[in-house]
Amino acid sequence: MADASYPDDLLYHAEHDWVRLEDGTAVFGITWFAQDALGEVVFFDPPEVGSTVTKDQSYAEVESVKAVSDVIAPLSGEIVEVNTELGDKPEAINEDPYGEGWMVRVKLSDEAEKDSLLDAKAYEASLS
Amino acid sequence: MVPFAGWEMPVQYGGIREEHVAVRTAAGVFDVSHMGQIECSGPQAGDLLQRLISNDVASLPVGGSVYAVLCREDGGILDDLLTYRLAPERYLTVTNASNHEKDLGWFVRHAEGFDAEVADAIDRYAMLAVQGPQARESLQAIADAPLPVRHTASQRMLLGRSALVCGTGYTGEDGVEVLLAPEDAPAVWDEIVRRGVAPAGLGARDTLRLEACLPLYGNDLSEERGPIEGGLGWCCKEDTGFIGADAVRAVREAGPAERLRPFRLTGRGIPRPGNAIEGGGVVTSGTLSPCLDVGIGMGYLPAGRADVGTAIEIDVRGKTREAVVAERPLYRKERDG
Repeated sequence: MADASYPDDLLYHAEHDWVRLEDGTAVFGITWFAQDALGEVVFFDPPEVGSTVTKDQSYAEVESVKAVSDVIAPLSGEIVEVNTELGDKPEAINEDPYGEGWMVRVKLSDEAEKDSLLDAKAYEASLS
Repeated sequence: MVPFAGWEMPVQYGGIREEHVAVRTAAGVFDVSHMGQIECSGPQAGDLLQRLISNDVASLPVGGSVYAVLCREDGGILDDLLTYRLAPERYLTVTNASNHEKDLGWFVRHAEGFDAEVADAIDRYAMLAVQGPQARESLQAIADAPLPVRHTASQRMLLGRSALVCGTGYTGEDGVEVLLAPEDAPAVWDEIVRRGVAPAGLGARDTLRLEACLPLYGNDLSEERGPIEGGLGWCCKEDTGFIGADAVRAVREAGPAERLRPFRLTGRGIPRPGNAIEGGGVVTSGTLSPCLDVGIGMGYLPAGRADVGTAIEIDVRGKTREAVVAERPLYRKERDG
């Protein structure tokens, strides 16, 4: 596992999720802190393309050997793509949480919701 | 670290999978000092234990160990326990941490009328489990005499410190469990780790015992069910007249309504305790098997649908997962290693 990092170009939700905004869609994943707290991720069950996600509510589950955790949607919208690679390689969530470990791409229903998210500095401060 | 029954428990040191594999292929050491001990001594200590626990204590030789359940009158399981005969009139019983006070009270209450003394020995011992194909070799290097064989216990010197070494474990691997004074445990731990034994946490202990299909009290065993349902009829000798023997005998003769069975998922998913089994039944333990790389577990199934090979469906938080009732153990070195 790499060292703790919280890239500046992402927005963060207090429930340890990140968002990368890209032309009206947004990519979601979990933060370095979240994957470190979970330990080795052994299972990711993605939601279906076309399903809707609601800000602050669970849209997927990640499992370590020991436990199941909900993944919380940082913003609302419709899922347009899921990272199917994680089915065979869930450990990418540990190894590269902001890259290969991305989870879903969402067409946002209300871009203004992003104003409630944290920047990297504020998120990192919330961890201590 | 997580709190459990008043202890700070080491769940993992490196990673659960890595520790699990170390125990299957080499050796690992677990700090299981949370486990309790009760010492029974005196002329009728053996008779008292014969009355309390389900297995035959009378035929236990000095240096031997016996696994048994502690039952209520109605057969409900109060705990599952290992008992060592340390001397002709001295026995040591190892309890589960969360049951220790309950067990101790039960022992004391039923000791009335026996010429025997029951003593709480939990503060006297730390406990290290050294497990894996290379476990004995690693510990032998610091012992003053050959280690006791499987299912037996002997007093040995480890690094010049007195310890009770027992050929027992909870991983499905060869190895030993060591009971020693709390102040002596860190030195022994440090030395065997220095010799290459991997520190292993309670997360790996749980995945190892589940692959080996060893039941865990609080998950697979409880006061609500008896030993026959739990697959522990082999350690119940009703003719000894232990508390609960009549109830156990009645279930054995009539056949239990449900049985604890191991199962393996045939597709994706990880079963977890509390998941319902379609058509009746419940998962009591579940995880992803680090060695088999599939979801595995144990659960209670209606007796009519509990045969090996039976297809079952498990409701894992709203998703139906397919599984098959499997032989025990779920992992066998010769087949799966």
